[in-house]
Amino acid sequence: MTVDPLAELERVDVDYGSGPVLERVSLTVEDGHFSGIVGPSGSGKTTLLRLLMRKLRPTRGTVRLRAGTAVAYVPQLETVNWDFPVTVRECVLMSRTAGRVLPWPSREERREVAGVLDRLGIGDLADRHIRELSGGQQQRMFLARALIRRPRLMLLDEPTSGVDVSTRHEVLHLLDELNADGIAIVLTTHDLNGMAAHLPHLVCLRRRVVASGPPAQVLVPSVLEETFGARLEVLQHLGIPVVVDEYAPHPMGQEVAR
Amino acid sequence: MSRLLAPFQFEFFVNGLTAATLAGALCGLVGVYIVLRGMSYIGHGLSHAIFGGFAASTLVGVNFFLGAGLWGLASALAINAVARRRRIGADAAIGVVTTASFALGVALLSKLGSRGPSFDAALFGSILGVSRGQIVALVAVTVFACLVVFTRYRALLFASFDPEVADVSGVRVARTDALLMLVLSMAILATLTVIGVTLVAATLVIPAVVARMLTDSFGRMLGLSTAIGAACGFVGMNASYHLDVPSGTMIVLTGAAVFVATLSLGGTRRLGRVSSAARRIDPAPVTVR
Repeated sequence: MTVDPLAELERVDVDYGSGPVLERVSLTVEDGHFSGIVGPSGSGKTTLLRLLMRKLRPTRGTVRLRAGTAVAYVPQLETVNWDFPVTVRECVLMSRTAGRVLPWPSREERREVAGVLDRLGIGDLADRHIRELSGGQQQRMFLARALIRRPRLMLLDEPTSGVDVSTRHEVLHLLDELNADGIAIVLTTHDLNGMAAHLPHLVCLRRRVVASGPPAQVLVPSVLEETFGARLEVLQHLGIPVVVDEYAPHPMGQEVAR
Repeated sequence: MSRLLAPFQFEFFVNGLTAATLAGALCGLVGVYIVLRGMSYIGHGLSHAIFGGFAASTLVGVNFFLGAGLWGLASALAINAVARRRRIGADAAIGVVTTASFALGVALLSKLGSRGPSFDAALFGSILGVSRGQIVALVAVTVFACLVVFTRYRALLFASFDPEVADVSGVRVARTDALLMLVLSMAILATLTVIGVTLVAATLVIPAVVARMLTDSFGRMLGLSTAIGAACGFVGMNASYHLDVPSGTMIVLTGAAVFVATLSLGGTRRLGRVSSAARRIDPAPVTVR
């Protein structure tokens, strides 16, 4: 017996009225899938996530989500007002909107939140204000808020944007382990470095799907040039593709790395 | 002491004091959402828009709550319609619609006179203008607002903090926002004659801002803001009687004094603090257990 995919986009077009944002995009998300959508700003990555969240109807084509699939969304860190007066525990509890009318958490909810925060290594920060967290801790708090919904599919918008190298690897490592627990993960990024080492599957997007597959197949100069509109060089490091900008002539006449 | 207690023998004062304390608490409660959502200007605009309805309903002899309520709703729809036109933002739409409605109210009352509360009472509030019926209305709106906040606590919090994620997480954000606007409109309507059109926005904003300076917890902010609003209403109304100054003016001035005192005692540390932890790189490797 075949199982329906968790989510499926079939020849989807999206047009907000000022030209196409996505054209003939087809994508399948299976159980346990771990995929990164890469592309430059304005390539349609966030639109694609909104389709998977069912918050946007395509202009043409079909979007299917398996019935009963719990979807959790983790936004970019920059989109949140970090001065908002909430503690880490209050923030995580927000996504428990169903099943309880009373404002304060039940004993079971408190135990569950403590368990998720402990699991993500921030159990001792539950009563801290959200602004007191480091970038990595803020990202882990958002993951805790998503996990408390017990999702089958987790969507993340630029989870490595605006964080330092150490935090980026930490977040990707964390997602890797959550994926190993059976949660399908789709994330967007315009940052290629580090993706090849952590993600088993990449989709290069520039209004349409330019290429899709394992990093070794996708991260090649021709695909990257078509996706990003710039010539990028791909080096191999310990068998993993690493993308670097090609050498460009310096205005002063010398050749230096950009 | 006897001088302070003297006004309590007058029914009009007890009515006014009850109304001011309730109005302060109500505005303090609702104001938390208004401030955290950056909607202070909407509160200000809506109170001015409702003034047009206040003037029209008192002249025509229609029930104040019905007339001004419908007028407020029509103003909100007009703002929405104007804001949808290209090149006109929501802030400009609020500016145009609400000030036009306010000006119409002033024109009607100036030309035809009011059969209800005086022009000054509507603008700046009056303890003389508080009837038992208005207290009943205030109690009803306060109970309704508390019920909404109590039963929709997490949805309101989530939609205020992160509407996009709230929407994905099962919160009906549009419906929650509409409910909040309904509570705000009712709160403005119920407090208008006590605090006055021009000053309602301050009673929405000041207690919430002071509470924000005192706590980092949303739950505590709700409680603190309500208590500060009620206290400002109580103290301001007493001051209004003894100094013979309009009630709304004294309630707002009391709130402003509390704001300045909190600010000078270091309240902004909580507002403007950029923790060194926020810029810290967390070196600890993390594994999922």
